[in-house]
Amino acid sequence: MQVLKRKVLALVGNHAVAYAVKQAKPKVLAVFPITPQTTMLEKLAEYISSGELKAELVRIESEHSALASIYGAALAGARVFTATSSQGLLYMTEMIYWAGGQRVPIVAAVATRAIAEPWSIWDDHQDFVSKRDAIWIQIMAENVQEAYDMTIQAFRISEDERVILPVMMGFDGFILTHTMERVEVLEDYEVDSFLPPRQFNLIDFSDPVGVGPIAQPDEYMKIKFEAMKAMERAKGVIEEIMREYEKISGRKQYGLVECYKCEDAKYAFVTMGAWSGDAKVAVDRLRDQGIEAGLLKIRVFRPFPKEKVEEYLRSMKGVIVFDRAVSFGSGGILANEVKSSLYGLEVPVYNVVAGLGGKDVRPLHFQKVMEDLVEGKLEEERWLL
Amino acid sequence: MSLITQVKRIPKFYRGNAACPGCPIPRELDILIEELGEKTVLVVPASCSTVILGDTSGMPATVPVVHSAFAASAAIASGIVRALRMRGDKDAIVTVWAGDGATGDIGFATLSGAAERNEDILYICYDNEAYMNTGIQRSGLTPKGAWTTTTPEGKREVKKPLPFIIAEHKVPYVATASIAYIYDYEAKMRKAKQIRGFRYIHLLSPCPPGWRFDSSLTIEIAKLAVETGVWPLFEIENGEFRLTSVSKTLLDKKNRKAVAEYLKLQGRFNKLTEEQIKEIEESIDEMWEQIKEMIKK
Ligand SMILES: Cc1ncc(C[n+]2csc(CCOP(=O)(O)OP(=O)(O)O)c2C)c(N)n1
Ligand code: SF4
Repeated sequence: MQVLKRKVLALVGNHAVAYAVKQAKPKVLAVFPITPQTTMLEKLAEYISSGELKAELVRIESEHSALASIYGAALAGARVFTATSSQGLLYMTEMIYWAGGQRVPIVAAVATRAIAEPWSIWDDHQDFVSKRDAIWIQIMAENVQEAYDMTIQAFRISEDERVILPVMMGFDGFILTHTMERVEVLEDYEVDSFLPPRQFNLIDFSDPVGVGPIAQPDEYMKIKFEAMKAMERAKGVIEEIMREYEKISGRKQYGLVECYKCEDAKYAFVTMGAWSGDAKVAVDRLRDQGIEAGLLKIRVFRPFPKEKVEEYLRSMKGVIVFDRAVSFGSGGILANEVKSSLYGLEVPVYNVVAGLGGKDVRPLHFQKVMEDLVEGKLEEERWLL
Repeated sequence: MSLITQVKRIPKFYRGNAACPGCPIPRELDILIEELGEKTVLVVPASCSTVILGDTSGMPATVPVVHSAFAASAAIASGIVRALRMRGDKDAIVTVWAGDGATGDIGFATLSGAAERNEDILYICYDNEAYMNTGIQRSGLTPKGAWTTTTPEGKREVKKPLPFIIAEHKVPYVATASIAYIYDYEAKMRKAKQIRGFRYIHLLSPCPPGWRFDSSLTIEIAKLAVETGVWPLFEIENGEFRLTSVSKTLLDKKNRKAVAEYLKLQGRFNKLTEEQIKEIEESIDEMWEQIKEMIKK
């Protein structure tokens, strides 16, 4: 296939997402500052003030209201966007559930960051995964290019009539938000054709409806069941949309998961987010050492791609799940997901909790635990302190 | 698409709603729609009104209703109005219909934010002076001395002066109203409909079970609140304060009925001592002195 020569920009993650949002042409955005997301919303404010993006910017007084305002705008037919992180996401939580429960197409970016107390502005995934039960599609980017691509895809997924769900796009705070990378961007007209104007609107004066009233128990459960089915349907839709994006961009996109040398691997890492890149380096080095290592990267965290996880990991001799988030009193959150996906199979799953509050993790760390696994020295749960 | 939480209005012949007998809210909402017209969106935070406006089997309203999280209504309304205006809709009236708890307590920051941004919305607080939907607990707008289930000995603190606080945001229009003075309420609605920017109407809304009075007395009590001077009717338009309706005649204390007349009809005040009643009366006089100052300006 003939692919055009792509426009290449040098962008930090926050600006790459802002650029994608600009191309997606949302009509209402809400801003409330929190590190490390702030510079993204500043960039969007610039686009609006210069007229490059024709949208309303609600300079709101809190995150709870930020999501509330775009929730209202989305009900009234606007494509919408906001971004937050850490404490901001927690403060938004009530409205996160409202948006998911009402199933409104919204896209929100989360620059992942540790949660206080103690204060930490650095990266981990505790904020992002805490929203796993809120009926949102949750996608995590590995690098700045992926953050850009995913943002554009997120609007399509969210508005697809087989889905109609809010989408949360996660990317590691500072590691991606503030790192400059080479980014291939689409032309505006290409984004326009990929992302037609939104159809969704619940405010119609000629045919008024009530949005979000009380539901009696039978109705309530039925509504939740419908949401569950929409989540399941979303898996196929996401893959389809990514394939379509692949055609336009001329770049390989991965679906729900990305398999790096895992087809023929005997041992595998499972990761999510930016450190997947470090894990890939570790895989290459381990292969040089003669260890048949691979990596399964989780891109879509909700709906959780348990079929894919099972398909790729079912015959591994050992799986190490790296977690940047913990359910205290239970274990690494991603590890628990992987274990339940492999339920009934004889695959040993190990859990490494690392990188909390921005603690540095390098390819060497990945390598070391894999060596320990191969030598039979890895315990079921290890914290890299 | 299966958005099954959207519900249509229930058929015309079914006129019921879930309000208590004697509750003024349904009538207040009827008047609102009559005056504002069918191009009104109602945003309603958790409250008695959530229940009154129906469940997934139908709603007794003829305009779009957006139910809201308790703290979020002014922000949701801000989003709705901006999206409507972006769509080229110049005249839809996005209206928050919220209780005193949502307005003065949990949603206060949201309300203040929307007022500060001068959002093009109409915010109506129907003030039944407690959290009624959860069973009569005190709010920041419960008056001093009133019994509630969380102030069995009577509330110790004074009522938040919300219309004045909102007026301090320098919004174009603030008014008070009472269901006993319908023409005054209607006139204020009509005026609010014409104005663009943030408009606030504070509507005293007596609640028979919460205030402990017989459900036949709602209008009587709403009327006494005004006649005794407890609830002055006024508007503040572009900073200019003006008394309206009968309240215009009440600057002179001798035209005001005794505050005790208002208090004694309500069980929530029946433990007040003579001294406490006197104290309440003095605080009302004090408020009227302040009103005189505002008129002079
Ligand atoms: C965050 C949150 N906290 C508490 C509640 C429970 N709640 C529902 S309605 C209500 C009281 C509402 O009081 P008010 O705003 O005065 O309206 P009213 O019920 O008196 O009409 C409360 C506390 C809630 N829905 N959400
Ligand atoms: S409790 Fe009071 S405000 Fe609520 S519905 Fe009953 S009368 Fe109306």
